[in-house]
Amino acid sequence: MSDNTRKSVLAVGPFHPLQEEMEFFQLTVDGETVTDIDVRISYNHRGIEKISESLQFDQIPYLVSRICGICSASHPLAYVQAVEEVAGITPPDRARFVRTIINELERIHSHLLWVGLAGHFIGYDTVFMWAWKYREPVLDLLEAITGNRNNYGNVRVGGCREDVPDELIPKIEKELDIIEKKTEMLTKAILDDPVLHARLKGVGILTRQDALDYAVVGPTARGSGVGIDVRRDDAYAAYGELDWDVITQTEGDVFSKAVVRLLETFESIKMVREAIRKLPGGPIAVEVKQIPPGEGVGRAEAPRGETFHYIRSDGGNRPVRHKVRAPSFVNVPSFKASCIGQNIADVTLTLAAVDPCYSCTERIAVVDSHNKLTHDYNSLLQLSRQKTQRIQNELGWAGLKLEDKEIG
Amino acid sequence: MNQQELNNKLQEIKDKLIAVEQKADNRVELVCEAENSVAVNRFLLADVGARFVIATGIDAEDCFEVIYHYSYDGTGCVINIKALIRDRQNPSIESITPLVTAAEWIEREIHDILGIDFANHPNLKRLILNDDWPEGVYPLRKDVSAADAKEAQK
Repeated sequence: MSDNTRKSVLAVGPFHPLQEEMEFFQLTVDGETVTDIDVRISYNHRGIEKISESLQFDQIPYLVSRICGICSASHPLAYVQAVEEVAGITPPDRARFVRTIINELERIHSHLLWVGLAGHFIGYDTVFMWAWKYREPVLDLLEAITGNRNNYGNVRVGGCREDVPDELIPKIEKELDIIEKKTEMLTKAILDDPVLHARLKGVGILTRQDALDYAVVGPTARGSGVGIDVRRDDAYAAYGELDWDVITQTEGDVFSKAVVRLLETFESIKMVREAIRKLPGGPIAVEVKQIPPGEGVGRAEAPRGETFHYIRSDGGNRPVRHKVRAPSFVNVPSFKASCIGQNIADVTLTLAAVDPCYSCTERIAVVDSHNKLTHDYNSLLQLSRQKTQRIQNELGWAGLKLEDKEIG
Repeated sequence: MNQQELNNKLQEIKDKLIAVEQKADNRVELVCEAENSVAVNRFLLADVGARFVIATGIDAEDCFEVIYHYSYDGTGCVINIKALIRDRQNPSIESITPLVTAAEWIEREIHDILGIDFANHPNLKRLILNDDWPEGVYPLRKDVSAADAKEAQK
């Protein structure tokens, strides 16, 4: 298709209201194959870094927890760790464990959310509904501890805002048992399903070298064999005192990223259990009087990867500079490596595999050179689902076997 | 490489630096002039094998600073390269995108919001600002208030 007048463009975006950045992907397609990708972001730039310069240090956790509703534990945590580094503050032991519990509960709900949406994209709506059903009790637990299902804002400089109440601990343990069994069932069903193997393996491959070049983080990196995780590498909160593993897969395709997220959910359940068992007594915060001049960085492993905050203080009550890097800022550009050469039917899934945010796909549209709409979101979803159906028929596979027995 | 070996390794680039500051056990800052930034970045990427995390642009009143943040994941060490751009009228620094693909977006962002030019950047288009944002208004500079930025958007 050297003739430019016949070049087709697939426009994905731009609206994307749940994430810290809206995104617009302009895919050039040849037939059904993607040949180029251009990304535009910042349709909903809120100027958080500028706003932060006008707020006091103790107000900023509430601001940064609103960067992303899903990652609303990791952003404030990275921020307060940066400020604590400037001021040389060590939070009390109990606060470190409470921070770990909140952040791992966040990871469990975020990974289950992703599994559900990935299922939805390929036409496995049972997976979608079930994964979200199992995610719900996690949000209830977060609400019981912090008062909010999202935007918890549970950390402050020097400790935590809300404690994990002792009377809630038996309930958390019981819910974890249930979530673990359900996730086990879900994982087994997904990993044993030959259609999903055929549908997800070899799709949207991000090679190890590309993962390093684009400096991607989180499950996107770990799915491509790059075993980085700041929870282990630069241990913060209570992660250094818990027994857990960093999950990696080597293939770099959508299947690998799904496996990484599913197995990480079990690690998170394990960590919350251990953190609850080892939960020390004592206060959850120390008094903070003044933030001295200086610079500090804070890092936290969000469900999507390393969240990085940089703080500079001049000794006043506001930062002079606050830099925020969310994981998607480095993960999203890697679409350039993973989407080119893909089939259109696989693009929604490849974009989703990085777990940026999904609202954008509601705005997906394929237009030809005369701006005539040829595919909208629904027809692309249809394409993706038809491919799954085709594979199902070829394999003679009846479908996913899920058994939802009540667990006592 | 353990942290001690890493600290020793960082001494190799000392002649390009103004200062090496050990801020904590695993937090190191390398301060350099803008013209040496590419050499120092190349050293961290190629010789040390550090991972590029992000860069921060700062209006530091007497100069502009670009801080390149790296992570050495073997020890969890964050290495910052603080490059000082003394020319406030026409702030410019060499792009590191040719060295590390991951720097493309953040250099475009800093160009947008602070007006720092990245020489030899392969694609220095707008990333953060609207297409109709007025030229020459850089919202993250200290002389631009939040109200000014809002006005520019109209």
